[in-house]
Amino acid sequence: MATNKEIKFSDDALALIEKIIKRYPEGKHKSAILPILHIAQAEFDGWLSPEVMDYVASVLKIQPIEVYEVATFYTMFNLKPVGKCLIEVCHTGPCWLMGAEDVVRYIEKKLGIKNGETTADGMFTLKTVECLASCGTAPMMQIGETYHENLTLEKVDTILEEHRNAGVRRTHWEKEKIKS
Amino acid sequence: MGRQLLLDNLDKPGINTLNGYQETGGYESLRKALQMKPEDIVAEVQKSGLRGRGGAGFPTGMKWSFLAKPPGEPRYLICNADESEPGTFKDRYLMQRKPHILIEGMIISSFALGANTSFIYIRGEMMYVYHILQKAIDEAYAAGYLGKNILGSGFDLDLHVHCGAGAYICGEETALLESLEGKRGNPRIKPPFPAVKGLWGCPTVVNNVETIAAVVPIIRITGEEYAKIGIGKSTGTKLISASGHINKPGVYEIELGVPVEEFIYSEQYCGGIRNGKKLKAVVAGGSSVPVLPAELILKTANGEPRLMTYESLAEGGFATGTMLGSGGFIVMDEDTSVVKNVWNFSRFYHHESCGQCSPCREGTGWMYKILSRLLDGKGETKDIDLLWDIQRKIEGKTICPFGDAAAWPVAAAIRHFRSEFEQYIKNGKSDVKHYYRINNLQEI
Ligand SMILES: Cc1cc2nc3c(=O)[nH]c(=O)nc-3n(C[C@H](O)[C@H](O)[C@H](O)COP(=O)(O)O)c2cc1C
Ligand code: SF4
Ligand code: FES
Repeated sequence: MATNKEIKFSDDALALIEKIIKRYPEGKHKSAILPILHIAQAEFDGWLSPEVMDYVASVLKIQPIEVYEVATFYTMFNLKPVGKCLIEVCHTGPCWLMGAEDVVRYIEKKLGIKNGETTADGMFTLKTVECLASCGTAPMMQIGETYHENLTLEKVDTILEEHRNAGVRRTHWEKEKIKS
Repeated sequence: MGRQLLLDNLDKPGINTLNGYQETGGYESLRKALQMKPEDIVAEVQKSGLRGRGGAGFPTGMKWSFLAKPPGEPRYLICNADESEPGTFKDRYLMQRKPHILIEGMIISSFALGANTSFIYIRGEMMYVYHILQKAIDEAYAAGYLGKNILGSGFDLDLHVHCGAGAYICGEETALLESLEGKRGNPRIKPPFPAVKGLWGCPTVVNNVETIAAVVPIIRITGEEYAKIGIGKSTGTKLISASGHINKPGVYEIELGVPVEEFIYSEQYCGGIRNGKKLKAVVAGGSSVPVLPAELILKTANGEPRLMTYESLAEGGFATGTMLGSGGFIVMDEDTSVVKNVWNFSRFYHHESCGQCSPCREGTGWMYKILSRLLDGKGETKDIDLLWDIQRKIEGKTICPFGDAAAWPVAAAIRHFRSEFEQYIKNGKSDVKHYYRINNLQEI
């Protein structure tokens, strides 16, 4: 899935990044790194390759190591390719009490992958995550920016089917929200 | 249901927009506040008795009065919207449903503190709420509530929303500041405290979403009126996130002082334990606070009814009490394995440790490994003492309170449910259910 395309932000992304950098005082532009890395994941196939990180460093005019340090600390940054649809199932206490283990097991079986793996067609990656502040509507999972709550296995079926049919890549900072 | 100061009008269509919010009296507190002197707003918040809603319960007015004001240096107000403490989901609920109450609270509080640039730091997973807040901020700029010379007062404020990227530790205020500066979220050694050296080395106040939102009704009804709600030093209303084996999980705004028993069993709140089961245990204030068995959460060791206040929940110290914390109220029914629950939490803390201090980095891993061994039926009796020893050696010996937060759940589980640990060791696994199923599912 490695990209041979030229690594360059779209014009919309560049305009948004410029706007974001202006939020921070003169000389404190490094603060924009987390939002920009989210935008980079949206623009470059859902993950941060070393080339993408180097490119972000050049856009932000900081050293590549400063980007690597940050990218490796935060769990939302994928340092390996992921499927178009990253399924993040919450498995922390309150969700566990409501059957999160079943959700994980069910998706593993349905897609024939283990937690952390990607389906052969590159459509789905399964990942367990920690509490997403949705414990009152447990069990739950996130795909892209969307929270899917009060899950049942039937709901999981429907959601995955819809994504398979749509076939579009989902990211936390959704691509269509890069405009403005 | 008691007074609703934060969650009122939630069902009104359009309450998430500027117009809808204004139709319910939104931004009236701001108009009132801009007529006041900043120090009078601080005094009003002091009078209200409001305590930080992020978990530590530190008096907000006092925190504000500590803010250093060196001439010529900017000051910052940061709203902590990282909400990652397992069991806590009130901030997300409030921001999603009524974003303008947070925006209005931020403007009033920034005015009170003399901050001209403020940030809301929201966890990256809640990206859709980030966009909701950005839209609300745009509306507030267009209406003249943000920007230069707000409502002709001469006060200027720029408010920005900033997203994190997945790290529980970034809820700790100094880790949050590091993260906002574009770095890894490693907590700072204190002192200096943020009130003196915070964001980019400037004096900074960090407050939770609910704390800042509460400033809006405090200005509206006055600090004195606010302080009349609640009991003793637990004034006002509090958002409780109720989850687990109850009939009606959700976010409830309570007047502090509601009896725990009423909160769990009354139809107004949790509606009792689901499927007619019995209550086994409660984690009352988010995953970091000690778990209590049913008898101790309903009544204190002295037999007094336990109340939803900072003081009553803490009564008896850690021997028989717990903490209100962030108000993440996790309820477990009679079939729950407390050992497995604490194993789950220990995995969380191991995963989330920032790794700066050895007791936390190593200790959380050891606790997770030992608890995993116990669950696998390979535990030995001495493991219980070993667990106890490890958590003791983390508590109080780390840079930030995360270490305590990781230690306390393990300590409390052993303290109150030792026999369950022994059962796992004796029987290989406990005879209580190992995990919960959704939907009465039979087989996968
Ligand atoms: C590990 C850890 C995680 C925390 N997470 C949060 C959080 O998600 N939200 C929050 O408001 N406070 C959190 N806090 C507390 C903050 O450090 C800080 O005390 C709080 O934001 C202050 O606001 P308040 O006085 O309004 O409560 C956390 C503290 C620790 C030690
Ligand atoms: S206690 Fe844990 S989370 Fe806090 S600074 Fe130390 S290692 Fe990091
Ligand atoms: S435990 Fe899953 S959302 Fe909180």
